[in-house]
Amino acid sequence: MNIFYAVLTLGVLGGVFGLMLALASKVFEVKTDPKLGMILECLPGANCGGCGYPGCAGCAAAILSKAAPVNACPSCSGLQTSRIAAIMGVEVKTQERRVAFVRCSGGEQAGHKFERYVGIQDCVAITKVSGNGTLDCSYGCLGGGTCVTACKFDAIHINARGVAEVDREKCTCCMQCARACPRKIIVSMPYAVDVVLPCANHEKGAAAKAHCAISCIGCRLCEKNCPSGAITVSNNVARIDYDKCTSCGICVTKCPRKLITDIHATGKVEPVA
Amino acid sequence: MQWTTLFDIALGAILVNNFILAQFLGICPFMGVSKKMDTSIGMGFAVIFVMGLASALCYPVNLLLDALGLNYMRTVAFILVIAALVQFVEMFLKKSIPTLYEALGVYLPLITTNCAVLGVVLLNVQNNYNFIESVVYGITGGAGFLLAIVLFSSIRERLEFSDPPRAFQGFPIALVTAGLMALCFMGFSGLQIPW
Repeated sequence: MNIFYAVLTLGVLGGVFGLMLALASKVFEVKTDPKLGMILECLPGANCGGCGYPGCAGCAAAILSKAAPVNACPSCSGLQTSRIAAIMGVEVKTQERRVAFVRCSGGEQAGHKFERYVGIQDCVAITKVSGNGTLDCSYGCLGGGTCVTACKFDAIHINARGVAEVDREKCTCCMQCARACPRKIIVSMPYAVDVVLPCANHEKGAAAKAHCAISCIGCRLCEKNCPSGAITVSNNVARIDYDKCTSCGICVTKCPRKLITDIHATGKVEPVA
Repeated sequence: MQWTTLFDIALGAILVNNFILAQFLGICPFMGVSKKMDTSIGMGFAVIFVMGLASALCYPVNLLLDALGLNYMRTVAFILVIAALVQFVEMFLKKSIPTLYEALGVYLPLITTNCAVLGVVLLNVQNNYNFIESVVYGITGGAGFLLAIVLFSSIRERLEFSDPPRAFQGFPIALVTAGLMALCFMGFSGLQIPW
């Protein structure tokens, strides 16, 4: 008889709770826009945070509420963006593809304060060592791999020379690496451009030369020889204005430090894991 | 009923008989979501919320079981109550207080299977607490959970940057840390209240 009561009590309890939950799900129903799921499907789902919203779901909600533009996701390809635009019923201009770029190529060619660094493998920690990092150059890439951990797309690695290098095919330009980098030397640049200037050293010529074998010394040879006026030297370092650059390659031949390079000519350096 | 009794219960639940560090209940979320400080705070508040509500709701259910002479059914009945309660609270919050719902996020459904919540309602019965004492025990037990998980997560954030021997990396060193914290909390067991 006891077992009968037990089964009955639990059955009744379960039934009552089930009924209450069924009722509650009707009473407290929250209608979500079916568009939300459709937008979320178009987003990459990496939750990289490049859009500035908490994950892809946050970005989808922002796009739906028109708080963010349909191309808010920096990691989406043109096709994905146009699909989101179709869901939202608006037109979108295709954006030029951009990739991240590390403004340093020093690595083993830069002067090091120590023979070997054995501390925490994290750039923020390395910058705390010996005043301003283990490099003589206080602007260069430390090779600690903080950007590598920050990247959700496996698109940045420390190459054989000990410098972070972006895999331009995998990079989606979400710029999480730039946010993680304590040196702030990762910038975005157009994918289509060939010529790069991987140095951010603001020191004067002699000092820059002493600290790194392939630093920009601000000699202005590239600035003077650029036919389209795309290169300017300010604060002892040259920068390329990619709005004007035609990838003619004259600066590559003129640079006395062999710093300005053609990405496609040099080819990729094998990344070390 | 005296305020001092309630104070006794609260102090006991937070420090002396801390659910995690003295009674070893709710270890799963304690280890699982303590990697970052902000997630652990979210989890802690969700636990306070659910423990308080579960204590309140399980009290009448226990009376019902007592009346029917089905005391041995407590555990299974309480599991049922907690599961239904968490589901209901989730739906209710989603509709009425979406900000709180978003703040608690994924931790709310996770708590359904948290043994600290089941533990608190069973202990309420074991200790013969009345309704108000039960609720106070539930909320302060959750507060003890919050305290423990926040302390633990801040240590784990620092552990990330430490360099333990290879065999200890990750979970082993976290478990050692939790054990040391439990030892520290044993110091509270000698606590005496002067009334």
